[in-house]
Amino acid sequence: MSTPAGIVGANLAPAENRSPEARVAGAMSGFAREIGALSAFRLESCIHCGICADACHFYIATEDPQYTPIWKVEPFKQAYKREASAFAPLFRLLGLKREVTADQLAQWQHLLFDSCNMCGRCSLICPMGIDVAALIEQARHAMFEAGLAPKELYQKAAHQQLTGQPESSAEPYRERLLAIGAQFGVDIPLDKPDVELMLCVPRTDIEHYPAAVAALARVMQHLGVSCTFRSDGLVAENYGYYAGGKAWQREISRRLIDQAIACKARVLLVPECGHAYAALRWEAADLYGKPLPFRVLQVTEFLADQLHAGRLKLRAAALGATTFQDPCESVRKGGINDAPRALMKAMGIELHEMKNHGGFSFCCGGGGGVLDIERAAPLRHRTMENKLREIDDTGAKTFLTSCSDCRRTFDDAQAHFDWQKTPQSLLELIADNLVGAGA
Amino acid sequence: MDLLSLARGPALKVALVVFCLGVTWRIVGFTLLRVHRDLNKPRASIAKFLAGGLITVGSRSWPHQEFIGRTGAGEALGYSYHLGLFAVVLLFGPHIAFLGSLFGVTWPGLPSSLITVISVLTLTLFLAVLFRRVTNPVMRMLSNFDDYFSWFITMLVIVTGLAATAHIGAPYQTLLALHILSVDVLLLWFPFGKLMHAFYIFPSRAINGAILARKGATS
Repeated sequence: MSTPAGIVGANLAPAENRSPEARVAGAMSGFAREIGALSAFRLESCIHCGICADACHFYIATEDPQYTPIWKVEPFKQAYKREASAFAPLFRLLGLKREVTADQLAQWQHLLFDSCNMCGRCSLICPMGIDVAALIEQARHAMFEAGLAPKELYQKAAHQQLTGQPESSAEPYRERLLAIGAQFGVDIPLDKPDVELMLCVPRTDIEHYPAAVAALARVMQHLGVSCTFRSDGLVAENYGYYAGGKAWQREISRRLIDQAIACKARVLLVPECGHAYAALRWEAADLYGKPLPFRVLQVTEFLADQLHAGRLKLRAAALGATTFQDPCESVRKGGINDAPRALMKAMGIELHEMKNHGGFSFCCGGGGGVLDIERAAPLRHRTMENKLREIDDTGAKTFLTSCSDCRRTFDDAQAHFDWQKTPQSLLELIADNLVGAGA
Repeated sequence: MDLLSLARGPALKVALVVFCLGVTWRIVGFTLLRVHRDLNKPRASIAKFLAGGLITVGSRSWPHQEFIGRTGAGEALGYSYHLGLFAVVLLFGPHIAFLGSLFGVTWPGLPSSLITVISVLTLTLFLAVLFRRVTNPVMRMLSNFDDYFSWFITMLVIVTGLAATAHIGAPYQTLLALHILSVDVLLLWFPFGKLMHAFYIFPSRAINGAILARKGATS
């Protein structure tokens, strides 16, 4: 069943009767109660060396110490030590760790949302091995509980958990999807039962890059894979993940999980969307409460598997020197480093890697929901300068990526900086170079 | 009871008891918290998961090539003074004898003159580390009482140790007592502050490395 148009754009303001102070106190004690042994160990292990700053593009671009990744969780470290650490009673008795205040936490909104892409590069530099990005994600949960998620992320998450799509649209995405199929002359498999693969799409592609949606359908059709989109589980993104709303993240993931189960899919295929992959591949089962009864694959790893199995054949793409933007969530944090490169190699692409690439690539600057936060744009643009320089330094004429949010971030940069390169979708390139597709 | 007897008698015993109980309690304190079970299907086999942990223990001892330009000097400074400390604590004859009395095992040490040179170098590095902490905006912002007191007490142990071996400033017995008392204070402080990283560093690298390896992620 498609999303009822009447629900889209409904009033989503939460009922909240507590004072900001009471809400922050509740969020922080909740954080301390829920922290778990692993996160506690991470907080315990920090030696205040500050080295993580040197991995963060926000710090590198500004040299402003407040952007030191571990500093972004400072109030949460304070709350943990005061509420849940081994010597918490001592800290409270002697007043060594003060309660986190509403004002303090409000100041941290900028650090945890506007200036952190949750890209995980800082997690690679810590000499203690601390996964700082994991701590930041947990801190975002507390910020959400404290009512301090940025309005753009909050509203989209609220809308998505309620309606299935993060924002209202002139026509429901189901209809839009079918229109894209008609526009590009490709069959859109929809609401089929008993399939091998369930497909979903980034709303960014629906709104901005319809050719990528058509490319996904075309490649699947070419491979002859039994697959379907599902009207009630179309959108790949998860704004609950961005906003830190764990319950909403669960509900949003659950839509897709329920639909994948309903169509008996053996694989839920995540399109070119980094954070959608992270939310479904590495977090959904935990929120669901049990292992998922299907595999979650990102489209490039699925296609690389098809390539290696000999089911996918690609012809050479005459692109000249090309570079590739590694999406943080699927490459660095998700382990899909080789698949896009195998696909590019199969198309004979002359890949010119950036200075920092693969697992060490800098984030595009828009990840973690930052692209959606309007007030974050000036800082985001400042951090992007280094990235654009790295791309230019490759000498590549063509610029590929496999994440629609990366793509949109670079499109924005193109307009802002009058930059000459246009990011292209790897999936679209594959769809254009299928051997035997008659294109 | 004279100062030396106090320092290496009851004071040391109390310090060791607080050290052992405190360290144990601090570790138990977080290990008793909820352990999250990851229900998401791993990308890596158990072997790769374990190997990822072990590899990260070693690989995080030095920055990845991508980071060396920004962090290499700072990390070299950090590791240098740690190596100096290890050499002085573990390879100085009287220390070996003391540790031997506690654990029943001894090992060959370095000549006293060499230990003195290493101690002076370590002391210099310690001063450099403090200078860096107060002048580097990031480190200064992150630093709190724990950082400065942990630095101070470790420094005091080195200074009193050097003074005792060089017989500077007071009778040897007094200097030795002060040196041991400073060690007692260090042991008393150890479980409450960042010195605990001595126990955390390798498990932390191993656990986080294994978790990243489970996903096939970069580590």
